[in-house]
Amino acid sequence: MSEYILEANHLTKTYTQRSGRFGFGKSSVKALNDVSIKLRTGKTLAVVGESGSGKSTLARCLLQLQSIDSGEVIFSGKDLAKLDAESLRSVRKDLQMVFQDPFASLNPRMRVGDLVGEGLLIHGLGSAAERQTKVVAMLNRVGLTEADMQKYPHEFSGGQRQRIGIARALVLQPKVVVCDEPVSALDVSIQAQILLLLKELQQEMALSYIFISHDLRVVRHIADDIVVMHQGRVVEQGEVADIYEQPQHAYTQNLLAAIPGKKVVNG
Amino acid sequence: MMTNPVNTVQPLLQLQHVSISPKKSPSRLLVNDVSFSIEAGKTTCVVGESGSGKSLTALSVMGLLSQQLQLNTGKVLFNDKESGVQDIALLSEKALQKIRGAKIAMIFQEPMTSLNPVLTVGYQIGESLTTHLGLKGEALKAKIAALLEMVGIPSNRAGSYPDELSGGQRQRVMIAMSIACEPRLLIADEPTTALDVTVQAQILKLLDDLKTRMNMGMLFITHDFGVVADIADNVVVMFRGEIVEAGSKAQVLTNPQHPYTRALLACVPDAEGKKDLKPIDYAWLPENNTQSIGAVR
Repeated sequence: MSEYILEANHLTKTYTQRSGRFGFGKSSVKALNDVSIKLRTGKTLAVVGESGSGKSTLARCLLQLQSIDSGEVIFSGKDLAKLDAESLRSVRKDLQMVFQDPFASLNPRMRVGDLVGEGLLIHGLGSAAERQTKVVAMLNRVGLTEADMQKYPHEFSGGQRQRIGIARALVLQPKVVVCDEPVSALDVSIQAQILLLLKELQQEMALSYIFISHDLRVVRHIADDIVVMHQGRVVEQGEVADIYEQPQHAYTQNLLAAIPGKKVVNG
Repeated sequence: MMTNPVNTVQPLLQLQHVSISPKKSPSRLLVNDVSFSIEAGKTTCVVGESGSGKSLTALSVMGLLSQQLQLNTGKVLFNDKESGVQDIALLSEKALQKIRGAKIAMIFQEPMTSLNPVLTVGYQIGESLTTHLGLKGEALKAKIAALLEMVGIPSNRAGSYPDELSGGQRQRVMIAMSIACEPRLLIADEPTTALDVTVQAQILKLLDDLKTRMNMGMLFITHDFGVVADIADNVVVMFRGEIVEAGSKAQVLTNPQHPYTRALLACVPDAEGKKDLKPIDYAWLPENNTQSIGAVR
């Protein structure tokens, strides 16, 4: 197995928007400006930055949920940006996403069993009975029960919904999971449970994570490598311990200094 | 109206045995026998998970409990220079309106939903100045400009609409609105949860400075112990509607007495990655409710 499971080279993405009087003008924002990242196999790469830094755009562009202007995304020897729709769909089985808002990302009219099994159905994996077995096993693994399959998302708490979101992504046994702020909508107590669950699942299923977050305390606990983004550019990247101990870039230093309660809680 | 002479020893705000329940089922206590006090110039943080009753407690101080809820028992004593000590729970809606915004003000979590999108921010800051202090014309304009400068927004932004401001600037506008009439007590319900860390640090510093400069008491609601460490003087920890622990910041953070406080502290990740993250532990919960939660040690 190669050292890097996913590589993105020189990604750029520009958003154009109408502006000026009556929207006749145009202005453009470089959401990604020559961004290159490498995800080590079996490791977690955190992408941190503030709102507007381009970190969520990066996540979407990696999975080709959004087109890129230029650059390449290499996964198992293929450039995802050049694949046609059909081959992209088959690759997506290996590339899954866990979203921030477990309230908005689950269809309220579908039962949990169907939500979790949807990916298996789409990719035509196994018979109905086999799919059922897989769904039950996955739900059990994330701390839910077989009886929960018949329920609707609104019957669950925020933390449980995020467990459903994780089950939905992982039931396909992907290789890379992009987690876009998976715990930022949760209480601290629930946040810790979900982080630990993600870590355990990474070990068991040999997953590689891209973890998008603005919370540097969370990142410190989950990530191996880190990419700091600011205004569409990567300002610093490296191993977590190095960057936290010796941040080189002024922006990284600012971010680290702004962590609330540094002195007292960790004293 | 119940009015007593001002007692200088009396704290600014005192909650005594406050219990809140739905009107339809008075025995289901959402807030159960909560007592604590806030002094002028000090910040008390109320910490807890969703559903712990921390926001309900704050709303009861403003007399803003929803129609479906009621204050079962307890007193909310507000100590004010002009009218002395009065129980907010007993005040009429008309009397409450004189206090709200003028003497007790509140900042909410989501600045976009609490600001009116079709009015300029200057107008929204001015509303309470006109209502409570009767300011008009040039005097009103000058005061709005001064307030904007005070919270770090250029005063020429008074004519801007909320959508033209960033998240941090909107929260600054909310703060300007809340301190417009120089309230004695400021209630902040998770005011920085929706903001970026660097902006959060700026807003916390601003609130802390204003508190000191105006000698306000502050009731600060949060679920983040990091924020508590930065801003609190005193801490109240709530769990399922009850206070499980209360004390000074140093006591609660460095020497927590209650198992729930210890469990909650253990699940906050630290910036150095030195401690192991622990999922929250409820093993200490008393069996078959024979013992009150607060009494567990």
